[in-house]
Amino acid sequence: MLKDITIGQYFPGQSFIHKMDPRMKIISTLLYIVMLFLAGNLMGICAGILLLILMYQLSGVPMNMVTKSLKPVIPVVIFTSVLNIFFVSGEVLLKFFFIEITREGINLAILMSFRILCLIAGSSLLTYTTSPIELTDAIERLLNPLKKLKVPVHELSMMMTIALRFIPTLIEETDKIINAQKARGADMESGGLMQRAKALVPILIPLFVSSFRRADELAMAMECRCYRGGDGRTRMKQLQYSHRDWIALTVMAGAIVVVLLLNV
Amino acid sequence: MSDFIEARGISFSYAMEDDPNPIRVFEELDLKIKEGEMVAILGHNGSGKSTLAKHFNAILQPDEGQLLVNGMDTRDNNKLYEIRQDVGMVFQNPDNQIVATVVEEDVAFGLENIGVEPAEIRRRVDDALERVGISEYKAHAPHRLSGGQKQRVAIAGIIAMRPRCIVLDEPTAMLDPAGRREVMKTILDLNRNHGITIVLITHYMDEAAQCDRVVVMDSGNVLLDSNPKDVFSHVKMLKSVGLDVPQATEICYEINKAGYPMPTEVLSIKECADELQKLIERTYAAKRKAAKLSQKK
Repeated sequence: MLKDITIGQYFPGQSFIHKMDPRMKIISTLLYIVMLFLAGNLMGICAGILLLILMYQLSGVPMNMVTKSLKPVIPVVIFTSVLNIFFVSGEVLLKFFFIEITREGINLAILMSFRILCLIAGSSLLTYTTSPIELTDAIERLLNPLKKLKVPVHELSMMMTIALRFIPTLIEETDKIINAQKARGADMESGGLMQRAKALVPILIPLFVSSFRRADELAMAMECRCYRGGDGRTRMKQLQYSHRDWIALTVMAGAIVVVLLLNV
Repeated sequence: MSDFIEARGISFSYAMEDDPNPIRVFEELDLKIKEGEMVAILGHNGSGKSTLAKHFNAILQPDEGQLLVNGMDTRDNNKLYEIRQDVGMVFQNPDNQIVATVVEEDVAFGLENIGVEPAEIRRRVDDALERVGISEYKAHAPHRLSGGQKQRVAIAGIIAMRPRCIVLDEPTAMLDPAGRREVMKTILDLNRNHGITIVLITHYMDEAAQCDRVVVMDSGNVLLDSNPKDVFSHVKMLKSVGLDVPQATEICYEINKAGYPMPTEVLSIKECADELQKLIERTYAAKRKAAKLSQKK
């Protein structure tokens, strides 16, 4: 049952966006976010939405995935809209006692809501079209210049890779431990919150112990395979920018220019 | 054939935190392993065989004495990575030695560590996957594979580094019979067809019987060291140190003990069956003869 959990939300495919260099995908996503925040009026946001729809069409990721990714942010959107509607001063449209609703407030509320929605949908597209491995790889390479500032970039990406590698293993293990404890009569389904939290202890302790043992063994196996940190390490898969990536970069840069022009 | 690994009077002890007396694992141990040999190391739990194995690629270093790998002293810290390239190690639990999230990436891990060129890594990874017979799974996630397949991924990760010797620490202990067969087949192929020295630590006597040489360890000493036939003929001695003999040998030994003429130097099931057939034929022939004799009278 626990085994079927997918990590991340990768949606395999062969589209233009899937085939892009993961580094450029991250850069493009960042540029898209910049563009959303530069957009100062509804026209700019409309351009953002248009670009988003275009990207989703290109990626072949079904639209219902978008609604799925947006569901959890709806409370945030409502919250910011309410704040904006009631607390921005300007030309008064409606007035109840001390509450004023202004034109600027409504404008800003709409702007902010769409900005947040586009932001989430846009960054979800990154995780939909990029596998977690590609993502860690790209992050390692993008952050590479930070090595000069003594940021442990290689170590961080190694930790991410190992974490990704062991998620399914540990899920399987948790499953086994749950079953073993159930077989000993552990009751995990009834009782209040506190009781249920307490019932987790006999699962977490064995899981912790075995994780440490695994870590120990893995470290030894890595040492046996001559692992000694990131220095002097090569990679089998080399990332290379292709014409696709330059097109994407141009489109993103163009979009930012358009938004800036619309602001004027 | 020259000695590839040579232990000269090595001693090793574990220091325990709350115990002032360190636990001695072995003392003054001598052992030589020749290049191209396939050696099984047997011993019950705590006999020091795993600790010894970890000395072979300088994961542990002897307290006293000297361990030479291809002429390099394992206590020379400048040679550590050279030694580990020459002597690869495969552990019991395949899950705990696979680092990457994709099979081929994991096989490439060791090569990336020693700084091989990307194109060469690609070539060697494909070659290694081919040799252990898991090429078709190269783009899979390791957790989707069976135990035997995972263990072969681990072996591929080692052979991609082109070691001259592979030490396997109970590589089949966590596998089902099919997985065990797959792994043993791979190991035998590496030794017979590619000349890689194999040190196999195992609890399965049938696996040890397939090696050229069997070393039996007991509380840090080498108890027996000879070819499998010779070693497994010491049934009583093996049993006294908590070990078994291959089933085929055991059957022959028991029949022999019961008073029938049966050779005890039998290892494989086929040999055992042949010998049993001979024994039955002999007994029948003898009975028939006796019957004829009594009819004549």
